[in-house]
Amino acid sequence: MEDRIRLLKKKANQIRKLIIEMLAAAGSGHPGGSLSSADIIACLYFDVLRYDPKNPSWPERDRFHLSKGHACPALYAALALAGYFDTEELWKLRKLGALLQGHSDRRVPGIDVGSGSLGQGLSVALGMALAGKIDKRDYRVYCIMGDGELQEGNIWEAAMAVSHFRLDNLCAVIDYNHFQIDGRVDEVMNPEPLSDKWKAFGWNVIECNGHSMKELLESFDTARKVKGKPTMIIAHTIKGKGVSFMEGVVDFHGRAPTEEERKIALNELENNEASKGKE
Amino acid sequence: MEKLYARDIYGKTLVELGKKDDNIVVLDADLSNSTRTAFFRKEFPGRFFNFGVAEQNMMASAAGLASCGKIVFVSTFAMFATARPLDQLRNTVCYNNFNVKIVATHSGITVGEDGASHQALEDIAILRSIPHIRIVVPADAMEAKDAVIAAYKEEGPFYIRLGRPKVAAIEGRREFSLGKGYILRKGRDLAIIACGIMVGEALKAQEMLKSKGIYATVANVHTIKPIDKNFIIELAKEYKHILVCEEHQSVGGLCSAVSEVLSRSYPVKVGSIGINDRFGQSGSPQELLDAYQLSSPHIAKRAEELIRS
Repeated sequence: MEDRIRLLKKKANQIRKLIIEMLAAAGSGHPGGSLSSADIIACLYFDVLRYDPKNPSWPERDRFHLSKGHACPALYAALALAGYFDTEELWKLRKLGALLQGHSDRRVPGIDVGSGSLGQGLSVALGMALAGKIDKRDYRVYCIMGDGELQEGNIWEAAMAVSHFRLDNLCAVIDYNHFQIDGRVDEVMNPEPLSDKWKAFGWNVIECNGHSMKELLESFDTARKVKGKPTMIIAHTIKGKGVSFMEGVVDFHGRAPTEEERKIALNELENNEASKGKE
Repeated sequence: MEKLYARDIYGKTLVELGKKDDNIVVLDADLSNSTRTAFFRKEFPGRFFNFGVAEQNMMASAAGLASCGKIVFVSTFAMFATARPLDQLRNTVCYNNFNVKIVATHSGITVGEDGASHQALEDIAILRSIPHIRIVVPADAMEAKDAVIAAYKEEGPFYIRLGRPKVAAIEGRREFSLGKGYILRKGRDLAIIACGIMVGEALKAQEMLKSKGIYATVANVHTIKPIDKNFIIELAKEYKHILVCEEHQSVGGLCSAVSEVLSRSYPVKVGSIGINDRFGQSGSPQELLDAYQLSSPHIAKRAEELIRS
């Protein structure tokens, strides 16, 4: 367990550095929600998920869908580190003709379904999980959602249906970072009581610290063992996590770091505890 | 003349395809008895999923299923298959170019007594601007069957628009070829281009016009996207006057598609039989076709005006 956590903390830190670098190069994009989901994505891509970057369409692969498509820098970084494509692509993010589009895109090796318009990802994951049941394959389906997008009605249609179809091969994660573009989520449109809502819809609900690899690993492990119902992991996170001046700052939902901010952020990330593999 | 429900034939065709191909799955939103996807449900309960009254979830889930290699047929009423889940359809199905076949029933004003809230008159206009999707409006039940089979064979998203009432078989209907229009009756004075149930109305109008010494060509353009440009240009060259008939708003549908082709390549006067920027209302299908000036006497009258203008 110690070794797994050490590896994951390092990977997450690498992802964070790549997020800062690619967004600075792009000059636009969404650092806050990318950084808040970096640990969850690292945990999935470097421990939990079953995949083969040499064979992206391997039928037995676990499915991952990023419902909050604006956090794609975190996903692009993970996919590059996993070997799906060359890291050089990251520096062309958001540029004309680039592989890496401004929101998660199906043309990217390793991405099965693009996203960007919020509130649809849980339905996409539902379809993937249904296909797995029909084909009697044992792959699992993971979906990361934002907290702001829980305001979309489509999410609750999917919440009802995933539970109705008893899709225990589906595990969703809410990156609960408490901020959306216009401000605090509870002030814009409060989703609480969140855990009770998902329980009422028939889900197995786990709450954890979304920046603790130990807690994330345990949560994914528990989810795998629950039969007959889907699992929702409510991961409590900090928007902009890992870069002190971005943490909890709503401005960094959708603003790229300046050259000066890039240097400070990278310096922080190169000298923090996570860079040494510590929780 | 034999009259059939196109949706009956759709349901039966789904079962036939389902027997041959395990990859076909069918989704519906609480209307499976009306859309006839219930036929498939009875034969293949493990590959049929009722999503309840939740079309947005159904449409995005269809994309998820398609991403795993499924050929997904999605059915509900036309009103709820396009406008309601449009973002899911545009961003998640069409942008990703998934193998999702939307077969919508109860389109147009001939939904009848249910009234305006259930009469989809804008669905073609809504979808025609979205890349990747193909749009087919079959003229009778057997053309519906052919269109469904063609959609099954072709990779990518489709929208097939069916109606509620029984439709008479079109005499002289030709073998279906996706994206290809064809002439059903040959005349000399003008060309009437129609799709869906308006093909039958146009044929009746053509008979009426004969008694006045007007000989109309009637063409079936079942595929609205991609539109058969060459065919339409050839018709314009030969007949000079074009009348387009559709059970849809006059903007955004077949008439718009034809006009776009002709205004760019071979401008001629184009007349339109369609809904003139109005909502529908309750009534029997025939009463509504008459009241909204879609039925054959109105086509004949408009055709005469067009060539005399």
